[in-house]
Amino acid sequence: MHSALRFLLQGAAYVAMAALLGYFATLPPYEYGNAGLASVKVSLSHAANRVRPCVQLTQEEIAEFAANMRRTETCERERLPLIFELDIDGETIIDLRAEPSGLWNDGPASIYERFEVAPGTHTIAARLRDTARTVGWDYAREETVELRAGLYFTITFKPETRGFNFQ
Amino acid sequence: MRMAALKRLFRILFDRAEALFDLAFGQQLNPFAWLGALGWYFFWIVFGSGIYLYVFFDTGITDAYTSVQYITNDQWYLAGVMRSLHRYASDALVVVVVLHVMREFSLDRLRGKRFFAWITGIPSIFFIYICGISGYWLVWDKLAQYIAIATTEWIDTLPFFGEPIANNFLNSSTLGGRFFTLMVFIHIFAPLFMLLMMWIHIQRHARARVNPPRQLAIGTAVMLVALSFLHPAVSQAPADLDVVPTELGFDWYYLFAYALLDSIPGGQLWLIIVGGFSLLAVMPWLPPEKRAPTAVVSLDNCNGCGRCFDDCPFGAISMVPRSDGKAYDSEAVVNADNCLSCGICVGACPTATPFRRATAIVPGIELPDHSIVRLRGDTLAASGRFSGDVRVLVYACDRCGIGPDEGNGAQIITMPCIAMLPPSFVDFVLSRGLADGVAIAGCASEDCYYRLGDKWTAQRLRGERDPYLRKRVDKSRLRHLHARPTSRRQHHRLLQEFASSVAQLPPNPPRGGRRDA
Repeated sequence: MHSALRFLLQGAAYVAMAALLGYFATLPPYEYGNAGLASVKVSLSHAANRVRPCVQLTQEEIAEFAANMRRTETCERERLPLIFELDIDGETIIDLRAEPSGLWNDGPASIYERFEVAPGTHTIAARLRDTARTVGWDYAREETVELRAGLYFTITFKPETRGFNFQ
Repeated sequence: MRMAALKRLFRILFDRAEALFDLAFGQQLNPFAWLGALGWYFFWIVFGSGIYLYVFFDTGITDAYTSVQYITNDQWYLAGVMRSLHRYASDALVVVVVLHVMREFSLDRLRGKRFFAWITGIPSIFFIYICGISGYWLVWDKLAQYIAIATTEWIDTLPFFGEPIANNFLNSSTLGGRFFTLMVFIHIFAPLFMLLMMWIHIQRHARARVNPPRQLAIGTAVMLVALSFLHPAVSQAPADLDVVPTELGFDWYYLFAYALLDSIPGGQLWLIIVGGFSLLAVMPWLPPEKRAPTAVVSLDNCNGCGRCFDDCPFGAISMVPRSDGKAYDSEAVVNADNCLSCGICVGACPTATPFRRATAIVPGIELPDHSIVRLRGDTLAASGRFSGDVRVLVYACDRCGIGPDEGNGAQIITMPCIAMLPPSFVDFVLSRGLADGVAIAGCASEDCYYRLGDKWTAQRLRGERDPYLRKRVDKSRLRHLHARPTSRRQHHRLLQEFASSVAQLPPNPPRGGRRDA
């Protein structure tokens, strides 16, 4: 084949490769979520109460331990699951039970959810149970908030502050 | 059976594409024959440009975006180009690696004893994606924010972590530099692990091709630089964890799996990926390859010259101190675990000659299934079967697609690799008048199934590599053909052209010459 034609064909091959690389490096654009909706994230990680309460040791029992191992109470490791509910405008969006982590079910239970909601004013109610009770809630918060399209609204939980945090 | 059909389909598609590229580049520079070497080349471009970018990159999460903007805009003429080269060479690396995997599969260059390169290549693919994804993270723009959220949410679907990792990217108040620093660390060390895996990947290949030919390297570099100037890599809007990153410029080479997360739960995507990698890992044994007997050394006939050691493409031969007391320094030893029974060592052995008459024809090294005695016998038998006016004898490798039914009046003798043919056989055929012409048919140039067989054959025939073809051989009666396995029309045409050119020559041998063996 004539070298000039071969040179042209090589050029065409390089242009095609460059076009392939350049195009798929950014295009077609990817649509993540819906820009017309608000995105709600719920994230909490919390260690529920133990399945059985800790037991106070007697002085005799404490004395049986080595001096550097002495403690005043003994506790079983296993923890309860977390029971969590989230309502938006009275409708329950999340109703779940999160098991404790760890091989011995002794770690914190975690919840992470993300979902989209129409923008506007909404009443959000979050409830959490971390004890053995079967009725009522250990933590609850209800608030009317303004959710804006294209923005995140996060619901987190910290027992040492006010419990649920809406942001 | 289905696997074989899939390979066949891939082979046909690759052959068609490669034939097109042959028109532009010729067989020797065809990029398809250099995919592995191009992978190395792109890696070094990414590595070098990355080192330059690191000089200007601020590794703190608050200033990373600003520093990348400086790289892209203020120093666009050098750092900006480096950034674009970094991105496009990374993308090109994905392209050539995917093609490399598919092509090696189509050529069946993964089974049996070749499993090592295949298996050790799989972690490199993993590291390529770790490098690419962590790199996009470091820009800390809208895309990086999306990657951070999507990646951590995806990882959180695994039952290994107590607290969700995605908590690190809940909103702007939870943002910390801890995870970002981890990404910087990963982006620096993953390429080093990848380099280690690439080095292991080629350990069973003697003379591994890690550099593409100069013309191809220059052409590719020019293409990447031109693309970098014409379509520079730029950042998207800065990350803001309070804002949903909705419309994103997406690098589909690295992030295609993320798009699947829209329709597939994260756990299922993990299963697909782990299943895909597992399937890749067992492919060399789907189905297990029949093992041909490996090369054996006949110590009585081995003079320890080392030509087989030099020519073996798989490092299956080593030279060790002489064990039989003969006055030679060394002897060849075959490592059966590495030997692919290609016979290239036989073609390299100076004792593998059909001319010997005083002693039995037993070369220093040969394949039990394809002895030199048998090859000589096949040659004589083929010579006796000629019926047409033009007698063309074809020595062909099993892989080039030229079979005994090729027709054209030619007689065809096949062998595992064309480099198994000692050049002395060409001299033998032509000097004894066993044929009017000899065609040597191997794989496409630079694309031998056994890596180096076609190259060594060409060099031996040109008198550039020992054992040389004797100078007395009339080169007009010899043709070295390079064919693609599924291109039967090309085979017919090449053989027809050679037969026509031989027909123009006087009969061989000249009148009065002998025609018997």
